[in-house]
Amino acid sequence: MFGKLSWAAVPLDQPIPLIAGAVVLVAILAVVVWVIVAGHLPYLWREWITSVDHKRIGVMYVLLASVMLLRGFSDAIMMRAQQAVAFHSQGFLPPEHYNQIFSAHGTIMIFFVAMPFVIGLMNLVVPLQLGVRDVAFPTLNSVGFWLTATGALLVNVSLVVGEFARTGWLPYPPLSELTYSPGVGVDYYLWSLEISGVGTLVAGINLVTTVLKIRTKGMSYLRMPMFCWTTLASNLLIIAAFPILTATLAMLILDRYLGFHFFTNEAGGNVMMFMNLIWAWGHPEVYILILPAFGIFSEVVSTFSGKPLFGYRSMVLATMAICIISFMVWLHHFFTMGAGPNVNAIFGIASMIIAVPTGVKIYNWLFTMYGGRIRFTTPMMWSIGFMVTFIIGGLTGVLVAVPPADFLLHNSLFLVAHFHNVIIGGVLFGAFAGYTYWFPKAFGFRLHEGLGKAAFWCWLIGFYVAFMPLYAAGFLGMTRRMQHYDVPEWRPWLIVAGVGAVIITIGIIFQVAQLVISIRDREKLRDLTGDPWDGRSLEWATASPPPVFNFAVLPNITGEDAYWAMKAKAKARGQAEPKEPDYEPIELPRNSPTGFVCAFFATVMGFALIWHIWWMVIAGFIGAFATFVAFAWRDHDEYEIPADEVARIDRINLAERRNLVTAAGSV
Amino acid sequence: MSDQSHDLHQADLAPGEESEGGIGNRVIGYVVGLGLALLLTATSFFVAGTDLVWQPSIPVAIVVLAIAQMGVHVVFFLHITTGPDNTNNVMALFFGILIIVLVIGGSLWIMENLNHNMMPMNQIMQMQQ
Repeated sequence: MFGKLSWAAVPLDQPIPLIAGAVVLVAILAVVVWVIVAGHLPYLWREWITSVDHKRIGVMYVLLASVMLLRGFSDAIMMRAQQAVAFHSQGFLPPEHYNQIFSAHGTIMIFFVAMPFVIGLMNLVVPLQLGVRDVAFPTLNSVGFWLTATGALLVNVSLVVGEFARTGWLPYPPLSELTYSPGVGVDYYLWSLEISGVGTLVAGINLVTTVLKIRTKGMSYLRMPMFCWTTLASNLLIIAAFPILTATLAMLILDRYLGFHFFTNEAGGNVMMFMNLIWAWGHPEVYILILPAFGIFSEVVSTFSGKPLFGYRSMVLATMAICIISFMVWLHHFFTMGAGPNVNAIFGIASMIIAVPTGVKIYNWLFTMYGGRIRFTTPMMWSIGFMVTFIIGGLTGVLVAVPPADFLLHNSLFLVAHFHNVIIGGVLFGAFAGYTYWFPKAFGFRLHEGLGKAAFWCWLIGFYVAFMPLYAAGFLGMTRRMQHYDVPEWRPWLIVAGVGAVIITIGIIFQVAQLVISIRDREKLRDLTGDPWDGRSLEWATASPPPVFNFAVLPNITGEDAYWAMKAKAKARGQAEPKEPDYEPIELPRNSPTGFVCAFFATVMGFALIWHIWWMVIAGFIGAFATFVAFAWRDHDEYEIPADEVARIDRINLAERRNLVTAAGSV
Repeated sequence: MSDQSHDLHQADLAPGEESEGGIGNRVIGYVVGLGLALLLTATSFFVAGTDLVWQPSIPVAIVVLAIAQMGVHVVFFLHITTGPDNTNNVMALFFGILIIVLVIGGSLWIMENLNHNMMPMNQIMQMQQ
């Protein structure tokens, strides 16, 4: 009846996951009870859960990423603590638990923190920057988000029901095959990534279509803000790369469920093919994450330097070059696998070449700042911190791109330090810069500056203290994923790294405090103009938070830095707005529970597949398919906002902006 | 890219959309496509079994016929043309082909090289037994 599932699946003998699970469960129940008792449920259902508004979906993506960041970071803290104490001892985490923690840490941080964070920001901002009313496929957008949430949910369920994979963040066979991993851990990994992978793919298709097909009048490709370009490149990579991940994991699923032999040791299976395929996805994935961050830094640096982006066209070219070259370097993840010198040399050279367009970008940002009137706001601090940190990470990357050096450093802590250097220093700093920069756009008030800067300094210093020692330990020969060790030379470095993790914890506490205090003081931090940073691109041309239709009248663009040009024209004229535009009624897509219902059935199906509960698999599948059919059959998919209402909403914002111009004129 | 190209992209068509021509023209297009596809399929079956051509050239002929078959599908069924309304579709097609060539070609090359340098897995397993 319940397949492999029984009470034995709940780890009653392991206090850490059980207590953590209980705390989370109590917290979730408390929130749910509060929501129901306070009567917020209809509001949540109507305005958020069933929303197909790209801004709301973007916010939910970022919220999901933030919550999962806390989960992934608590794993990191446990690993750092374990390695700080596990010298000549077993530490406080038994090996099978430690292995699950480092696997869950990597999986969560890449798939459920970095990915939803950048996709959320792209969702929130790109339609606004393009000057349009929504993404190309609004309901599909909601489906994509909820499927990602399904994957995150399944990973967290593994904490208390069963176990998670012990195979690392990429489940290398033969360890991940049934022979060596008979438990459900790898199955949790596989199904949560298969389901969330579908979500990511539809998000990618949606955003590519949006950028290619729906831009406002006059927004030609070479007038798009940089963030739209990096969104395009990143989502092209999603479309090209994620099917490889889905197919590779599907083959591993066939091995585990139906006795196939794609990656087994025997019967003609080829283990090396898994490494090859997973990295053919895995390396583009790195650029899927970093390219949007590059876009964010371009927007932030240009805005806070008060200058147009230096070398815009070279930046576009560099972005698209990275998009293509990122598909030519994947072998550098397994130089040591045994390919010949010719193969290793070519992929090594390609890996060094891909650093060139990235270098071009760094110079472009530097020259954008050069001669500018720089405002050192929190997003700008993150950007400068990124430039310094990312260069170090990039250089260590070029070092391991040299095959002979890689033979020494492969799987050492040097590698761990390198990729944390680029992912924290690049992707995460970018995500935080974007979060602080666009928060006022999403909610209509700024985040507290002082606490934001405190969080930045803790993260920056904490990062260096936590990861520079790992470079040293790597040079001393320490390999990654060690549960305990006996080499006294490594110990001091690991203790320092533990201190670094504590400093980062303080940074995270500051970030939580920043959010709470900013919400408390929101009236003081309120921005009524919609343009708190003196921005340059179109998202600042509308109110904060933007009305559901984004723009009352779709803007007409005549050059780069569209909103900056509008402001310059208004200043020259000495008046905010010439005359009121002709408002027209606006048609918008209706909200739809399709995404939520679909994800509910996907969760049921995923859980049943993990535990081999076949009747539930069929029920889940039929449910998801029925949801799709019901959606396909609906007749009324749009509603209309009358012109009077559009005018009423727009006039409020126009009045605020006019006050601003008059006030500036009188000073 | 100027305003002009912007206007063009507005007229851009998704695969399967037709701007001009009535239902009759479209039916003729599909029928011609079907005819060519059937002809190419029949020819490859014929070539595979015939003695009329030099034997070693048969695999080459079949590859050529297969590529022609793809061309027919792309033109008549997927409606990829060189017209200005089709830029995005052509670019998407070429991006797809490029990625497939890189990934599949690269994988074949890597695995071939690996098997050449290392003993294939099944032989290692046999040695261990």
